[in-house]
Amino acid sequence: MIEILTSPAFNTIQDLGRHGARGIGVSTSGAMDPVALAAGNALLGNEDDAAGIEIQTFPFRLRFQKDTTFALTGADHVSTLAGLSLRPWWCKQARAGDILAIGTPRRGARVYATFGGGLDVPQVLGSRSTHLRAGFGGLEGRSLQTGDVVPVGRPPREAARRFDFGAAPPDVAIPGAGRRDDGVLPIRVMRAGEYDLFSEAMQARLWSTAWKVSARSDRGGYRLTGDKLTLDAPIEMRSHGVVAGVVQVPPSGEPIIQMSDANTAGGYPKIAAVIQADLWRLGQAAPGSFIAFSEVSYQDAVAAMAPVSDYLASLRAVADLYRQL
Amino acid sequence: MSINQPSAPLVGAIEKSPKISLIGTLAMLVEAPGDFDLIQQGRIWALADAASSWPNVQETVIGVTNVMLVFEQPPADIGMLGASIAELWHRLPGRKADGKVIEIPVIYGGELGFDLPAVAKHTGLPPREVIRIHSEGDYTVCAVASSPGFGYLHGLDPRIHMPRKSVPSLNMRAGSVTIGGLQTGVAALSSPNGWNAIGWASVTMFDPQRQQPSLMLPGDRVRFRIDRIEL
Repeated sequence: MIEILTSPAFNTIQDLGRHGARGIGVSTSGAMDPVALAAGNALLGNEDDAAGIEIQTFPFRLRFQKDTTFALTGADHVSTLAGLSLRPWWCKQARAGDILAIGTPRRGARVYATFGGGLDVPQVLGSRSTHLRAGFGGLEGRSLQTGDVVPVGRPPREAARRFDFGAAPPDVAIPGAGRRDDGVLPIRVMRAGEYDLFSEAMQARLWSTAWKVSARSDRGGYRLTGDKLTLDAPIEMRSHGVVAGVVQVPPSGEPIIQMSDANTAGGYPKIAAVIQADLWRLGQAAPGSFIAFSEVSYQDAVAAMAPVSDYLASLRAVADLYRQL
Repeated sequence: MSINQPSAPLVGAIEKSPKISLIGTLAMLVEAPGDFDLIQQGRIWALADAASSWPNVQETVIGVTNVMLVFEQPPADIGMLGASIAELWHRLPGRKADGKVIEIPVIYGGELGFDLPAVAKHTGLPPREVIRIHSEGDYTVCAVASSPGFGYLHGLDPRIHMPRKSVPSLNMRAGSVTIGGLQTGVAALSSPNGWNAIGWASVTMFDPQRQQPSLMLPGDRVRFRIDRIEL
Protein backbone atom coordinates (compact mmCIF):
# COMPACT_ATOMS: atom_id res chain seq x y z
CA MET A 1 0.00 0.00 0.00
CA ILE A 2 1.03 3.57 -0.55
CA GLU A 3 -0.39 6.57 1.22
CA ILE A 4 -0.78 9.91 -0.54
CA LEU A 5 0.62 12.74 1.59
CA THR A 6 0.51 15.71 -0.82
CA SER A 7 -1.26 15.94 -4.15
CA PRO A 8 -2.35 19.39 -5.32
CA ALA A 9 -4.88 18.56 -8.08
CA PHE A 10 -5.58 16.42 -11.13
CA ASN A 11 -3.08 13.69 -10.28
CA THR A 12 -4.73 10.44 -11.25
CA ILE A 13 -4.22 6.72 -11.62
CA GLN A 14 -3.74 5.82 -15.28
CA ASP A 15 -2.77 2.81 -17.33
CA LEU A 16 -2.55 2.64 -21.12
CA GLY A 17 -6.23 3.44 -21.50
CA ARG A 18 -9.69 1.97 -21.83
CA HIS A 19 -10.15 0.67 -25.33
CA GLY A 20 -13.23 -0.70 -27.01
CA ALA A 21 -15.92 1.39 -25.29
CA ARG A 22 -15.84 4.53 -27.46
CA GLY A 23 -18.93 3.16 -29.18
CA ILE A 24 -20.93 3.77 -25.98
CA GLY A 25 -19.41 7.21 -25.45
CA VAL A 26 -16.51 6.27 -23.16
CA SER A 27 -13.27 8.17 -23.83
CA THR A 28 -10.09 6.14 -23.61
CA SER A 29 -8.40 8.09 -20.79
CA GLY A 30 -4.93 6.61 -20.16
CA ALA A 31 -1.46 8.08 -19.67
CA MET A 32 -0.75 11.25 -21.66
CA ASP A 33 2.81 9.94 -22.11
CA PRO A 34 2.25 6.21 -22.63
CA VAL A 35 5.95 5.64 -23.41
CA ALA A 36 6.97 6.92 -19.98
CA LEU A 37 4.38 4.76 -18.22
CA ALA A 38 5.35 1.67 -20.22
CA ALA A 39 9.05 2.36 -19.61
CA GLY A 40 8.53 2.64 -15.84
CA ASN A 41 6.66 -0.66 -15.90
CA ALA A 42 9.42 -2.26 -17.99
CA LEU A 43 12.08 -1.18 -15.47
CA LEU A 44 10.08 -3.00 -12.76
CA GLY A 45 9.24 -6.08 -14.80
CA ASN A 46 5.51 -5.21 -14.85
CA GLU A 47 3.27 -5.54 -17.86
CA ASP A 48 3.44 -2.37 -19.99
CA ASP A 49 -0.07 -1.35 -19.06
CA ALA A 50 0.12 -1.76 -15.28
CA ALA A 51 -1.47 1.24 -13.58
CA GLY A 52 0.68 4.00 -12.12
CA ILE A 53 0.21 7.59 -11.01
CA GLU A 54 0.28 10.39 -13.53
CA ILE A 55 1.58 13.44 -11.66
CA GLN A 56 0.99 16.79 -13.31
CA THR A 57 0.79 19.10 -10.30
CA PHE A 58 3.56 19.41 -7.76
CA PRO A 59 4.96 18.92 -5.16
CA PHE A 60 3.67 15.37 -4.84
CA ARG A 61 4.48 13.20 -1.84
CA LEU A 62 3.62 9.68 -0.81
CA ARG A 63 4.62 7.24 1.93
CA PHE A 64 5.32 3.57 1.37
CA GLN A 65 3.48 1.43 3.91
CA LYS A 66 5.61 -1.60 3.06
CA ASP A 67 8.75 -2.41 1.10
CA THR A 68 7.96 -1.62 -2.52
CA THR A 69 9.86 -1.27 -5.75
CA PHE A 70 9.04 1.79 -7.83
CA ALA A 71 10.23 3.77 -10.81
CA LEU A 72 9.95 7.42 -11.81
CA THR A 73 9.76 8.29 -15.51
CA GLY A 74 8.38 11.04 -17.71
CA ALA A 75 9.26 14.70 -17.25
CA ASP A 76 12.75 15.60 -16.03
CA HIS A 77 12.35 16.37 -12.33
CA VAL A 78 13.99 16.38 -8.91
CA SER A 79 12.83 13.89 -6.30
CA THR A 80 13.91 12.42 -3.00
CA LEU A 81 13.34 9.11 -1.23
CA ALA A 82 13.70 9.30 2.55
CA GLY A 83 15.47 12.62 2.01
CA LEU A 84 18.06 11.30 -0.45
CA SER A 85 18.16 12.51 -4.03
CA LEU A 86 16.87 10.22 -6.75
CA ARG A 87 17.53 10.30 -10.44
CA PRO A 88 14.69 10.50 -12.93
CA TRP A 89 14.19 7.46 -15.19
CA TRP A 90 15.38 5.23 -12.38
CA CYS A 91 13.95 2.35 -10.37
CA LYS A 92 14.56 1.77 -6.71
CA GLN A 93 13.51 -0.24 -3.70
CA ALA A 94 11.69 1.73 -0.99
CA ARG A 95 11.44 0.59 2.61
CA ALA A 96 8.25 0.70 4.65
CA GLY A 97 7.85 4.22 6.01
CA ASP A 98 9.98 5.91 3.33
CA ILE A 99 8.60 9.13 1.91
CA LEU A 100 8.90 9.84 -1.80
CA ALA A 101 8.78 13.54 -2.72
CA ILE A 102 8.57 14.71 -6.33
CA GLY A 103 9.23 18.33 -7.29
CA THR A 104 8.17 20.46 -10.25
CA PRO A 105 9.70 19.25 -13.52
CA ARG A 106 12.56 21.22 -15.05
CA ARG A 107 11.36 20.13 -18.46
CA GLY A 108 8.19 18.37 -19.55
CA ALA A 109 4.81 18.26 -17.88
CA ARG A 110 4.06 14.86 -16.39
CA VAL A 111 5.93 12.47 -14.12
CA TYR A 112 4.89 8.82 -13.85
CA ALA A 113 5.31 6.85 -10.64
CA THR A 114 5.03 3.14 -11.25
CA PHE A 115 5.20 0.36 -8.67
CA GLY A 116 6.32 -3.29 -8.75
CA GLY A 117 3.05 -5.17 -9.28
CA GLY A 118 1.18 -2.06 -10.41
CA LEU A 119 -1.56 -0.20 -8.55
CA ASP A 120 -4.26 -2.67 -7.70
CA VAL A 121 -7.47 -0.69 -8.10
CA PRO A 122 -10.44 -2.45 -9.73
CA GLN A 123 -10.64 -2.65 -13.49
CA VAL A 124 -13.65 -0.88 -14.96
CA LEU A 125 -14.50 -1.74 -18.57
CA GLY A 126 -11.11 -3.40 -18.89
CA SER A 127 -8.93 -0.59 -17.53
CA ARG A 128 -7.75 1.01 -14.29
CA SER A 129 -7.50 4.48 -15.83
CA THR A 130 -9.37 7.25 -14.08
CA HIS A 131 -12.28 8.65 -16.11
CA LEU A 132 -12.66 11.93 -14.24
CA ARG A 133 -15.69 13.27 -16.08
CA ALA A 134 -17.76 10.12 -15.61
CA GLY A 135 -16.32 9.40 -12.16
CA PHE A 136 -15.16 5.81 -12.54
CA GLY A 137 -11.86 3.98 -12.80
CA GLY A 138 -8.71 4.76 -10.82
CA LEU A 139 -9.45 5.49 -7.17
CA GLU A 140 -13.21 6.07 -6.97
CA GLY A 141 -13.13 7.85 -10.31
CA ARG A 142 -11.42 10.93 -8.92
CA SER A 143 -8.08 12.69 -8.49
CA LEU A 144 -5.82 11.51 -5.68
CA GLN A 145 -5.94 13.48 -2.45
CA THR A 146 -4.16 13.61 0.89
CA GLY A 147 -4.88 10.56 2.99
CA ASP A 148 -5.74 8.23 0.12
CA VAL A 149 -4.35 4.73 0.53
CA VAL A 150 -3.81 2.87 -2.73
CA PRO A 151 -3.17 -0.87 -2.86
CA VAL A 152 -0.14 -2.15 -4.78
CA GLY A 153 -0.37 -5.49 -6.56
CA ARG A 154 1.91 -8.43 -6.11
CA PRO A 155 5.21 -7.97 -7.95
CA PRO A 156 5.61 -10.25 -10.98
CA ARG A 157 8.36 -12.45 -9.48
CA GLU A 158 9.08 -12.93 -5.83
CA ALA A 159 12.82 -13.72 -5.95
CA ALA A 160 15.15 -11.13 -4.48
CA ARG A 161 16.24 -8.91 -7.30
CA ARG A 162 18.21 -5.83 -7.89
CA PHE A 163 16.41 -2.50 -8.19
CA ASP A 164 18.76 0.42 -8.52
CA PHE A 165 19.26 1.26 -12.15
CA GLY A 166 17.88 3.51 -14.82
CA ALA A 167 17.37 4.13 -18.50
CA ALA A 168 17.99 6.92 -20.97
CA PRO A 169 14.73 8.81 -21.55
CA PRO A 170 13.26 8.34 -25.03
CA ASP A 171 13.73 11.99 -26.05
CA VAL A 172 17.47 11.39 -25.57
CA ALA A 173 17.62 7.79 -26.81
CA ILE A 174 15.50 8.23 -29.95
CA PRO A 175 17.19 10.42 -32.58
CA GLY A 176 15.19 13.53 -33.48
CA ALA A 177 12.79 13.17 -30.57
CA GLY A 178 13.95 16.27 -28.70
CA ARG A 179 13.22 19.96 -29.00
CA ARG A 180 14.62 22.23 -31.67
CA ASP A 181 17.42 24.63 -30.76
CA ASP A 182 14.83 27.40 -30.39
CA GLY A 183 12.94 25.34 -27.80
CA VAL A 184 10.05 24.54 -30.13
CA LEU A 185 8.87 20.92 -30.03
CA PRO A 186 8.49 19.51 -33.54
CA ILE A 187 5.35 17.38 -33.93
CA ARG A 188 4.68 15.25 -36.99
CA VAL A 189 1.14 15.11 -38.32
CA MET A 190 -0.79 13.64 -41.22
CA ARG A 191 -3.40 15.64 -43.08
CA ALA A 192 -6.94 14.93 -41.92
CA GLY A 193 -10.34 14.93 -43.63
CA GLU A 194 -10.92 18.67 -44.06
CA TYR A 195 -7.33 19.79 -44.79
CA ASP A 196 -8.19 20.49 -48.43
CA LEU A 197 -11.02 22.84 -47.46
CA PHE A 198 -8.49 25.31 -46.08
CA SER A 199 -6.95 27.79 -48.49
CA GLU A 200 -3.29 27.48 -49.41
CA ALA A 201 -2.54 30.47 -47.22
CA MET A 202 -4.18 28.79 -44.24
CA GLN A 203 -2.42 25.50 -44.94
CA ALA A 204 0.89 27.36 -45.07
CA ARG A 205 0.02 29.03 -41.78
CA LEU A 206 -0.57 25.63 -40.15
CA TRP A 207 2.98 24.58 -41.02
CA SER A 208 4.81 27.84 -40.42
CA THR A 209 3.35 28.93 -37.07
CA ALA A 210 5.07 28.20 -33.78
CA TRP A 211 1.90 27.31 -31.84
CA LYS A 212 1.73 28.01 -28.15
CA VAL A 213 0.12 25.41 -25.91
CA SER A 214 -2.26 27.75 -24.08
CA ALA A 215 -3.06 27.74 -20.38
CA ARG A 216 -6.49 26.34 -21.33
CA SER A 217 -4.95 22.95 -22.02
CA ASP A 218 -5.41 19.77 -20.05
CA ARG A 219 -5.81 16.01 -20.43
CA GLY A 220 -8.90 16.64 -22.52
CA GLY A 221 -7.17 18.71 -25.14
CA TYR A 222 -4.63 21.37 -25.95
CA ARG A 223 -5.87 24.73 -27.17
CA LEU A 224 -3.28 26.37 -29.38
CA THR A 225 -2.72 30.09 -29.82
CA GLY A 226 -0.43 32.07 -32.08
CA ASP A 227 -2.54 32.54 -35.17
CA LYS A 228 -5.95 31.71 -36.59
CA LEU A 229 -6.95 29.19 -39.25
CA THR A 230 -10.18 30.15 -40.94
CA LEU A 231 -12.29 28.63 -43.68
CA ASP A 232 -13.48 30.81 -46.56
CA ALA A 233 -16.86 29.10 -46.29
CA PRO A 234 -17.76 27.66 -42.88
CA ILE A 235 -19.02 24.08 -43.04
CA GLU A 236 -21.53 22.16 -40.97
CA MET A 237 -20.07 18.84 -39.90
CA ARG A 238 -22.10 16.01 -38.45
CA SER A 239 -20.91 14.63 -35.16
CA HIS A 240 -18.35 11.85 -35.70
CA GLY A 241 -15.85 9.78 -33.76
CA VAL A 242 -12.44 11.28 -33.02
CA VAL A 243 -9.20 9.93 -31.54
CA ALA A 244 -6.42 11.53 -29.49
CA GLY A 245 -4.13 13.60 -31.68
CA VAL A 246 -6.78 14.99 -34.02
CA VAL A 247 -6.20 18.69 -34.72
CA GLN A 248 -9.59 20.40 -35.00
CA VAL A 249 -10.32 23.95 -36.04
CA PRO A 250 -13.33 25.48 -34.26
CA PRO A 251 -14.95 28.65 -35.66
CA SER A 252 -12.63 30.82 -33.51
CA GLY A 253 -9.77 29.61 -35.72
CA GLU A 254 -7.53 28.57 -32.85
CA PRO A 255 -6.77 24.87 -33.24
CA ILE A 256 -7.51 22.27 -30.58
CA ILE A 257 -5.63 18.98 -30.29
CA GLN A 258 -7.75 16.33 -28.62
CA MET A 259 -5.86 14.34 -25.99
CA SER A 260 -6.44 11.33 -23.68
CA ASP A 261 -9.64 12.52 -22.00
CA ALA A 262 -11.18 13.88 -25.22
CA ASN A 263 -14.84 13.26 -25.93
CA THR A 264 -15.48 10.31 -28.20
CA ALA A 265 -17.16 12.57 -30.74
CA GLY A 266 -16.56 15.93 -32.32
CA GLY A 267 -17.87 18.04 -35.13
CA TYR A 268 -15.22 20.63 -35.94
CA PRO A 269 -13.28 20.48 -39.21
CA LYS A 270 -10.16 18.33 -38.84
CA ILE A 271 -7.07 19.76 -40.45
CA ALA A 272 -4.49 17.23 -39.25
CA ALA A 273 -3.76 14.38 -36.85
CA VAL A 274 -0.66 13.94 -34.70
CA ILE A 275 1.02 10.65 -35.49
CA GLN A 276 1.11 7.94 -32.83
CA ALA A 277 4.92 8.13 -32.62
CA ASP A 278 4.70 11.76 -31.44
CA LEU A 279 1.65 11.66 -29.16
CA TRP A 280 3.75 10.79 -26.10
CA ARG A 281 6.02 13.78 -26.77
CA LEU A 282 2.99 16.03 -27.07
CA GLY A 283 1.79 14.60 -23.75
CA GLN A 284 4.87 16.19 -22.19
CA ALA A 285 4.29 19.65 -23.72
CA ALA A 286 3.47 21.95 -20.82
CA PRO A 287 1.13 24.93 -21.11
CA GLY A 288 3.20 27.90 -22.27
CA SER A 289 5.53 25.79 -24.41
CA PHE A 290 5.64 25.93 -28.22
CA ILE A 291 5.10 23.28 -30.86
CA ALA A 292 5.43 23.27 -34.66
CA PHE A 293 3.81 20.88 -37.11
CA SER A 294 5.45 19.08 -39.99
CA GLU A 295 3.72 16.80 -42.46
CA VAL A 296 4.45 13.12 -42.96
CA SER A 297 2.91 10.51 -45.21
CA TYR A 298 0.98 7.51 -43.94
CA GLN A 299 3.96 5.24 -44.61
CA ASP A 300 6.34 7.54 -42.74
CA ALA A 301 3.90 7.81 -39.85
CA VAL A 302 3.76 4.03 -39.57
CA ALA A 303 7.54 3.71 -39.87
CA ALA A 304 8.05 6.37 -37.18
CA MET A 305 6.67 3.99 -34.55
CA ALA A 306 9.54 1.52 -35.04
CA PRO A 307 12.13 3.50 -33.02
CA VAL A 308 9.58 3.93 -30.21
CA SER A 309 8.72 0.22 -30.13
CA ASP A 310 12.42 -0.69 -30.37
CA TYR A 311 13.25 1.67 -27.52
CA LEU A 312 10.67 0.06 -25.23
CA ALA A 313 11.61 -3.47 -26.27
CA SER A 314 15.33 -2.98 -25.65
CA LEU A 315 14.69 -1.15 -22.38
CA ARG A 316 12.62 -4.11 -21.20
CA ALA A 317 15.25 -6.64 -22.32
CA VAL A 318 18.09 -4.77 -20.60
CA ALA A 319 16.06 -4.23 -17.42
CA ASP A 320 15.14 -7.93 -17.27
CA LEU A 321 18.83 -8.81 -17.56
CA TYR A 322 19.91 -6.21 -15.06
CA ARG A 323 17.55 -7.36 -12.35
CA GLN A 324 19.11 -10.83 -12.52
CA LEU A 325 22.70 -9.60 -12.06
CA MET B 1 -5.61 12.36 -45.39
CA SER B 2 -8.29 11.67 -47.95
CA ILE B 3 -8.45 8.18 -49.33
CA ASN B 4 -10.91 8.84 -52.09
CA GLN B 5 -12.59 11.75 -53.78
CA PRO B 6 -16.15 11.92 -52.54
CA SER B 7 -17.33 13.30 -55.86
CA ALA B 8 -15.39 10.90 -58.07
CA PRO B 9 -17.79 9.19 -60.50
CA LEU B 10 -18.12 5.47 -59.98
CA VAL B 11 -18.48 3.37 -63.07
CA GLY B 12 -21.81 1.58 -63.06
CA ALA B 13 -22.94 3.13 -59.81
CA ILE B 14 -25.71 5.66 -59.54
CA GLU B 15 -24.95 6.61 -56.01
CA LYS B 16 -21.98 8.45 -54.57
CA SER B 17 -19.48 6.60 -52.43
CA PRO B 18 -18.86 7.50 -48.82
CA LYS B 19 -16.06 9.90 -48.01
CA ILE B 20 -13.25 7.93 -46.42
CA SER B 21 -10.45 9.68 -44.57
CA LEU B 22 -7.79 8.81 -42.03
CA ILE B 23 -7.39 10.34 -38.57
CA GLY B 24 -3.76 9.35 -38.05
CA THR B 25 -2.67 5.76 -38.63
CA LEU B 26 -5.12 4.06 -36.29
CA ALA B 27 -8.50 5.52 -37.23
CA MET B 28 -10.52 5.76 -40.41
CA LEU B 29 -13.66 7.83 -40.78
CA VAL B 30 -16.36 6.73 -43.22
CA GLU B 31 -18.97 9.40 -43.92
CA ALA B 32 -22.18 8.56 -45.76
CA PRO B 33 -23.06 10.74 -48.74
CA GLY B 34 -26.34 12.61 -48.79
CA ASP B 35 -28.72 13.87 -46.17
CA PHE B 36 -29.06 12.86 -42.56
CA ASP B 37 -31.93 10.43 -42.53
CA LEU B 38 -32.65 7.09 -40.96
CA ILE B 39 -31.99 5.27 -44.22
CA GLN B 40 -28.38 6.45 -44.41
CA GLN B 41 -28.03 5.95 -40.67
CA GLY B 42 -29.27 2.36 -41.02
CA ARG B 43 -26.65 1.70 -43.68
CA ILE B 44 -23.99 3.07 -41.34
CA TRP B 45 -25.19 0.69 -38.60
CA ALA B 46 -24.95 -2.22 -41.02
CA LEU B 47 -21.46 -1.19 -42.12
CA ALA B 48 -20.37 -0.82 -38.49
CA ASP B 49 -21.78 -4.25 -37.62
CA ALA B 50 -19.88 -5.84 -40.50
CA ALA B 51 -16.59 -4.03 -39.89
CA SER B 52 -16.57 -4.68 -36.15
CA SER B 53 -15.84 -8.35 -36.76
CA TRP B 54 -12.90 -7.70 -39.09
CA PRO B 55 -9.44 -8.64 -37.85
CA ASN B 56 -7.44 -5.61 -36.71
CA VAL B 57 -10.60 -3.57 -36.04
CA GLN B 58 -10.53 -2.75 -32.34
CA GLU B 59 -13.91 -1.07 -32.46
CA THR B 60 -16.35 0.82 -34.64
CA VAL B 61 -17.59 4.17 -33.39
CA ILE B 62 -20.92 5.22 -34.84
CA GLY B 63 -21.64 8.91 -35.39
CA VAL B 64 -24.35 10.82 -37.23
CA THR B 65 -24.36 9.16 -40.68
CA ASN B 66 -20.73 8.17 -40.23
CA VAL B 67 -18.64 5.51 -38.56
CA MET B 68 -15.04 5.57 -37.37
CA LEU B 69 -13.03 2.37 -37.47
CA VAL B 70 -10.31 2.14 -34.82
CA PHE B 71 -7.48 -0.26 -35.62
CA GLU B 72 -5.22 -2.36 -33.40
CA GLN B 73 -2.31 -1.75 -35.79
CA PRO B 74 -1.93 0.55 -38.79
CA PRO B 75 -3.52 -1.29 -41.74
CA ALA B 76 -1.00 -2.54 -44.29
CA ASP B 77 -2.95 -1.45 -47.35
CA ILE B 78 -5.09 1.62 -46.78
CA GLY B 79 -6.17 1.89 -50.40
CA MET B 80 -7.44 -1.68 -50.48
CA LEU B 81 -9.27 -1.23 -47.20
CA GLY B 82 -10.95 1.95 -48.44
CA ALA B 83 -12.04 0.19 -51.61
CA SER B 84 -13.55 -2.75 -49.76
CA ILE B 85 -15.44 -0.41 -47.44
CA ALA B 86 -16.86 1.49 -50.42
CA GLU B 87 -17.82 -1.78 -52.09
CA LEU B 88 -19.49 -2.98 -48.91
CA TRP B 89 -21.36 0.31 -48.58
CA HIS B 90 -23.00 -0.17 -51.95
CA ARG B 91 -23.78 -3.84 -51.40
CA LEU B 92 -24.95 -4.08 -47.80
CA PRO B 93 -28.64 -3.68 -47.03
CA GLY B 94 -29.27 -1.14 -44.29
CA ARG B 95 -30.29 -2.16 -40.81
CA LYS B 96 -33.69 -1.09 -39.51
CA ALA B 97 -34.15 0.57 -36.14
CA ASP B 98 -34.80 -2.89 -34.76
CA GLY B 99 -33.39 -2.47 -31.25
CA LYS B 100 -35.32 -2.44 -28.03
CA VAL B 101 -37.98 0.13 -27.15
CA ILE B 102 -37.00 2.27 -24.18
CA GLU B 103 -39.78 4.05 -22.32
CA ILE B 104 -38.62 7.01 -20.29
CA PRO B 105 -40.99 8.51 -17.71
CA VAL B 106 -40.35 12.25 -17.53
CA ILE B 107 -41.15 14.86 -14.93
CA TYR B 108 -41.62 17.78 -17.30
CA GLY B 109 -40.91 21.32 -16.15
CA GLY B 110 -40.23 22.05 -12.52
CA GLU B 111 -36.87 22.59 -10.89
CA LEU B 112 -34.88 20.31 -13.18
CA GLY B 113 -36.72 21.26 -16.36
CA PHE B 114 -35.76 24.88 -15.83
CA ASP B 115 -35.50 25.77 -19.52
CA LEU B 116 -39.08 24.81 -20.37
CA PRO B 117 -40.32 28.43 -20.16
CA ALA B 118 -37.55 29.54 -22.53
CA VAL B 119 -38.40 26.76 -25.00
CA ALA B 120 -42.07 27.70 -24.84
CA LYS B 121 -41.20 31.33 -25.49
CA HIS B 122 -38.81 30.52 -28.35
CA THR B 123 -41.28 28.19 -30.07
CA GLY B 124 -44.31 30.37 -29.39
CA LEU B 125 -46.15 27.39 -27.89
CA PRO B 126 -47.67 27.01 -24.44
CA PRO B 127 -45.50 24.80 -22.16
CA ARG B 128 -48.14 22.06 -22.14
CA GLU B 129 -48.05 21.96 -25.93
CA VAL B 130 -44.22 21.64 -25.93
CA ILE B 131 -44.61 18.74 -23.49
CA ARG B 132 -47.35 17.10 -25.55
CA ILE B 133 -45.31 17.30 -28.75
CA HIS B 134 -42.15 16.06 -27.07
CA SER B 135 -43.86 13.14 -25.34
CA GLU B 136 -45.74 12.04 -28.47
CA GLY B 137 -42.59 11.76 -30.56
CA ASP B 138 -41.09 8.51 -31.75
CA TYR B 139 -37.31 8.71 -31.42
CA THR B 140 -34.49 6.59 -32.72
CA VAL B 141 -31.02 6.28 -31.15
CA CYS B 142 -28.63 7.09 -34.01
CA ALA B 143 -25.43 6.91 -32.02
CA VAL B 144 -24.11 6.88 -28.47
CA ALA B 145 -21.34 9.41 -28.15
CA SER B 146 -19.87 12.47 -26.54
CA SER B 147 -20.29 11.20 -22.99
CA PRO B 148 -20.84 7.68 -21.63
CA GLY B 149 -24.34 6.50 -22.53
CA PHE B 150 -25.48 9.69 -24.24
CA GLY B 151 -27.78 8.83 -27.12
CA TYR B 152 -28.12 11.05 -30.18
CA LEU B 153 -31.86 10.87 -30.87
CA HIS B 154 -33.47 11.40 -34.23
CA GLY B 155 -37.12 12.39 -34.51
CA LEU B 156 -37.61 15.68 -32.69
CA ASP B 157 -40.62 17.58 -34.05
CA PRO B 158 -39.36 20.72 -35.83
CA ARG B 159 -41.95 22.81 -33.96
CA ILE B 160 -39.91 22.40 -30.77
CA HIS B 161 -36.40 22.83 -32.12
CA MET B 162 -34.42 25.16 -29.88
CA PRO B 163 -30.80 26.30 -30.36
CA ARG B 164 -28.18 25.31 -27.81
CA LYS B 165 -27.25 27.92 -25.24
CA SER B 166 -24.22 30.07 -25.87
CA VAL B 167 -23.35 29.79 -22.17
CA PRO B 168 -23.80 26.25 -20.84
CA SER B 169 -25.65 25.57 -17.60
CA LEU B 170 -22.92 24.79 -15.12
CA ASN B 171 -24.23 21.72 -13.43
CA MET B 172 -27.04 19.93 -15.18
CA ARG B 173 -28.19 16.77 -13.40
CA ALA B 174 -27.83 13.36 -14.98
CA GLY B 175 -31.26 12.33 -16.27
CA SER B 176 -32.11 15.81 -17.52
CA VAL B 177 -34.28 15.60 -20.63
CA THR B 178 -32.97 18.18 -23.04
CA ILE B 179 -33.38 19.83 -26.41
CA GLY B 180 -30.31 21.01 -28.32
CA GLY B 181 -30.84 22.31 -31.84
CA LEU B 182 -32.64 19.64 -33.86
CA GLN B 183 -32.07 16.93 -31.27
CA THR B 184 -33.36 15.76 -27.95
CA GLY B 185 -31.51 13.66 -25.41
CA VAL B 186 -31.16 12.52 -21.83
CA ALA B 187 -28.05 13.77 -20.02
CA ALA B 188 -26.04 10.78 -18.86
CA LEU B 189 -23.71 12.68 -16.52
CA SER B 190 -24.11 15.59 -14.16
CA SER B 191 -21.94 18.19 -15.85
CA PRO B 192 -21.94 21.52 -17.68
CA ASN B 193 -24.41 21.27 -20.55
CA GLY B 194 -25.40 23.65 -23.32
CA TRP B 195 -28.70 21.96 -24.11
CA ASN B 196 -32.07 23.15 -22.79
CA ALA B 197 -33.50 21.13 -19.91
CA ILE B 198 -37.26 20.61 -20.22
CA GLY B 199 -37.62 17.82 -17.67
CA TRP B 200 -35.95 15.05 -15.76
CA ALA B 201 -36.14 11.27 -15.68
CA SER B 202 -35.06 8.93 -12.91
CA VAL B 203 -33.28 6.57 -15.29
CA THR B 204 -29.64 5.45 -15.07
CA MET B 205 -28.42 6.01 -18.61
CA PHE B 206 -24.98 4.56 -17.92
CA ASP B 207 -23.56 2.21 -15.31
CA PRO B 208 -20.07 0.83 -15.98
CA GLN B 209 -20.81 -2.17 -13.72
CA ARG B 210 -23.78 -3.33 -15.78
CA GLN B 211 -23.34 -6.13 -18.29
CA GLN B 212 -24.33 -3.57 -20.94
CA PRO B 213 -23.31 -0.25 -19.39
CA SER B 214 -25.27 1.94 -21.83
CA LEU B 215 -29.07 1.87 -21.65
CA MET B 216 -29.32 3.33 -25.16
CA LEU B 217 -27.69 1.61 -28.12
CA PRO B 218 -27.76 2.52 -31.81
CA GLY B 219 -30.98 1.28 -33.40
CA ASP B 220 -33.03 1.46 -30.18
CA ARG B 221 -36.31 3.39 -30.11
CA VAL B 222 -37.16 5.84 -27.37
CA ARG B 223 -40.54 7.05 -26.12
CA PHE B 224 -40.90 9.76 -23.51
CA ARG B 225 -43.93 9.32 -21.27
CA ILE B 226 -45.39 12.07 -19.09
CA ASP B 227 -44.83 11.01 -15.51
CA ARG B 228 -45.75 14.39 -14.07
CA ILE B 229 -46.00 17.98 -15.18
CA GLU B 230 -44.77 20.76 -12.89
CA LEU B 231 -45.54 24.19 -14.20
